Amino acid sequence: MRFDSLLDSVGHTPLVGLPRLSPSPDVRLWAKLEDRNPTGSVKDRAALAMVEAAEKQGLLHPGSTLLEPTSGNTGISLAMVAKQRGYNLVCVMPENTSAERTQLLRMWGAEIIYSPAAGGSNEAVRVAKHIHEQNPEWVMLYQYGNPANAQAHYDSTGPELLADLPTITHFVAGLGTTGTLMGVGRFFREHKPDVAIVAAEPRYGELVYGLRNLDEGFIPELYDESMLTTRFSVGPLDALKRTRELLEKEGIFAGISTGAILHAALGIAAKAEKEGRKADIAFIVCDGGWKYLSTGAYEGTLEEAESALEGQLWA
Amino acid sequence: MAVEVRIPTILRPYTGGEKLVTAEGTTLAEVIADLDAHHPGLSERLIDDSGLRRFVNVYLNDEDVRFLDGLATGIADQDSITILPAVAGG
Repeated sequence: MRFDSLLDSVGHTPLVGLPRLSPSPDVRLWAKLEDRNPTGSVKDRAALAMVEAAEKQGLLHPGSTLLEPTSGNTGISLAMVAKQRGYNLVCVMPENTSAERTQLLRMWGAEIIYSPAAGGSNEAVRVAKHIHEQNPEWVMLYQYGNPANAQAHYDSTGPELLADLPTITHFVAGLGTTGTLMGVGRFFREHKPDVAIVAAEPRYGELVYGLRNLDEGFIPELYDESMLTTRFSVGPLDALKRTRELLEKEGIFAGISTGAILHAALGIAAKAEKEGRKADIAFIVCDGGWKYLSTGAYEGTLEEAESALEGQLWA
Repeated sequence: MAVEVRIPTILRPYTGGEKLVTAEGTTLAEVIADLDAHHPGLSERLIDDSGLRRFVNVYLNDEDVRFLDGLATGIADQDSITILPAVAGG
């Protein structure tokens, strides 16, 4: 496959079967390898789409500065796109994310402002909004509310899945900004409405939920509950267990959020098998495991790995 | 039906600091009413006239009850309920 530039190569990722983890020939799991994107995560799709939308709206000019609250992958994708296009990037990132994320962001030329660990991404969003008020000339693409984020998945991820797997019955992805699920969900609602859209939401340690009061909660502006069939909360132990199973049984080296998604996908697969229904379940491999090596996720016992993740934003 | 309910940090002042409490009920609404009977004030933090409050997520065996039957969701013995505030991911 040949492309004019790195940015032109975003998307078109492989969909691979999981013969060992699938319960039977009638109930099959399929992994969409989003780690094959230029910066190694699914966020390249949204980052490129949001920058292109802002360019079309005339918001960006050579030397413009982008500002974004991000726990990592979106920042890394935006840093790469910004550098290619001649923009600066300032990321607001919770301090409790993996060390590799900081290194990668700096490598692609981003400036990082850390937000306090307590409150997780909520706090990063709050800090970024405050910084934006003081620097109104900076452009905040704001992945949580930018329609181009979901549109990227409506335009590319959804059609790719349907083309590669016309018999698809379920789509499972992580719930963060909600962009992947909203975009792919809307695509299938219009093109194959019987496909179930399933969200796997990472359940972090308590520190991350350290709100001062419940009214400080956060729901991304993009989120439309009616787009989902159901939604599961997956804790770190299940996510780690599945991340390791994916590596051991199918050879796929994925990040920890993918383990959470696989956990939900396997639950659906087991249910379909039990009920004697055919199912083709596609799920997103958000990124590779490289950025999480320092978290200890792949070493020692599961319990040791879980305790090492306590207080970390692992997805 | 006795079930275990996980209480998030922010609501633990109502449970005397307990992370995990037990409650009885055959539906989520009954479980919340029972929680409130033992931990007064808790119900009001979780629900209002329209149902679950906007920033409150409740999971029955890890599945979001908004996609089950909401407050009418049936509860069985040995089920586990987790209450969490809605926070940002990404």
